[in-house]
Amino acid sequence: MEREEWKRPSPRLRRVRHVEALVPTAVAALVALVLAFANAYVGIGAALVVLAAGFVLDTLLQRRVSAWGYLEREDDLLIQRGVMVRRLSVVPYGRMQFVDVTAGPIERSFGLATVRLHTAAAATDARIPGLEAAEAARLRDQLAALGESRAAGL
Amino acid sequence: MSGWHRLHPLSPLVRAGRAVIALAFIFATTLRSSSTSGWDFAAHIGAIVVLAALGFVSWLVTRWRIDGNDLRIETGLLRRSSLRYPLSQIQAIDTVRPGLARIFGLAELRLRMGGTGGAARLAYLKDAEADKLRARLLALSQGAHEATPEPREHMLVRVPPGRVLASLVLSMPTVVLAGYVVLFFTVGGAVAGGAFPILLGDVAALWRRFNRSYNASVAEAPEGLRTRSGLVETRAETIPRGRVQAVQLVEPILWRPFGWCRLDVDVAGRVHDRSDERQTERQLRPVLPVGTRREAQQLLDVLVPGAPVPERKPPRRARWKSPLRYRRLAYVFDETYAVATSGRLARVAAWVPLTKVQSLRRVEGPVQRRLALATLHLDTAGKNVGAAFRDLDGAESREDLDRLTELARAARRT
Repeated sequence: MEREEWKRPSPRLRRVRHVEALVPTAVAALVALVLAFANAYVGIGAALVVLAAGFVLDTLLQRRVSAWGYLEREDDLLIQRGVMVRRLSVVPYGRMQFVDVTAGPIERSFGLATVRLHTAAAATDARIPGLEAAEAARLRDQLAALGESRAAGL
Repeated sequence: MSGWHRLHPLSPLVRAGRAVIALAFIFATTLRSSSTSGWDFAAHIGAIVVLAALGFVSWLVTRWRIDGNDLRIETGLLRRSSLRYPLSQIQAIDTVRPGLARIFGLAELRLRMGGTGGAARLAYLKDAEADKLRARLLALSQGAHEATPEPREHMLVRVPPGRVLASLVLSMPTVVLAGYVVLFFTVGGAVAGGAFPILLGDVAALWRRFNRSYNASVAEAPEGLRTRSGLVETRAETIPRGRVQAVQLVEPILWRPFGWCRLDVDVAGRVHDRSDERQTERQLRPVLPVGTRREAQQLLDVLVPGAPVPERKPPRRARWKSPLRYRRLAYVFDETYAVATSGRLARVAAWVPLTKVQSLRRVEGPVQRRLALATLHLDTAGKNVGAAFRDLDGAESREDLDRLTELARAARRT
């Protein structure tokens, strides 16, 4: 395998993940605090548990952010991810059926997008989250062009 | 035999299928009850007339013709659609005969098209006409003269109905059923009553399998393997050569004493639809619902000729991660095929032609990492089968991933 530079998602993906972990946690903790009006001990206890779970979730998500990486090779795209379960996917350009770029509300507010590659196989799970909008657009066009020139039938 | 043709006039009735029987039943019961007034009677008759008229119109506006190199089908009254199927793109032609159609001597032709063409349906035609048209379309699709007779088939395997029955007795649904009966007599009806819906689903599943597997046979034809089966609804389907995405051989533990196995083939029908992002249907088809090892081998020789026999084993430490699977795990790959065996209770073997590999994945779970193991997945267009090289040595799996990527690329090019 030729040694090339693995690219990583934008550092802002960390902030996206913070928001994704902490906003639901905060909401759940508030609900738990409302419970405290009925029963102080149960309510505050529940809120603490929720907060603790939220911080664990956040650290897990943060660890995962740094595990993402992708490498554009001559004939295929490599994507690696995961901390606990480490995955490396090889998607040949000729096998791509289409590429889509999506951005959820949180991602969009940080100017990021997710690029997803689809092949005929349902098991192919190739996506790269947290790309700068410009990089996402470049990657999409690049992949589409490469896919067209190397297309192979089923 | 050119110009426009219509389908058989009874087609709407057959297509409505079970609904017709249900309706007839409802009408029969209400009409027989004593309190039926004249108005009720008229309403029922009216409903029947309207439904019949709708069926008649749908028949009237549907027509087909062979137009040069295309099959054209026009249908619809208000929203007319005219479909054109290039004959050269025909991959295979299946014949389907539901129970009701068989009573009237009718058959449906299903033309599976290559590329993203989907399938053309001609439902229903007279039996004889369907057979003639099938031969004609096949000849035309290969660029031969349309009067070329259908090529001879060479029978490979015929499954005796007794074996199908026995294989179903020794299957999971029956085991569940037996468990239910035991439960009923030991714990009592109250507990068992709760499981009744499961029981119904079970019986339905058994019936479906029996219905599909009955009288199964496989023959070799120039365009691929022809499978025929069915008790009430009979189907004659073709597995086109070169469209096989993966092959799977399963030996359930209960069948082991008899040496029986099942052979499934994954055929990519249509590909992912851009417009509605829905995963289109790709079925796993049991080519051989229950057969002996020898029969399965015979079919494998046609489906994956010259495939290597898996003999590489995972390292001994993989025992800790997959204690039940370990003795079954083996794999091999060459320039054309990847083969892997696995299974905990059942024995499972999977063949994947490298030309059909869509993507490759190397997955390393927490336990695997501690043991320096990793699993390689070969993803194919089928949903259900994909060879997985489980619990390879970590370093070896990296090399194999590179080599497989390379080989799959080379296989695609040729």
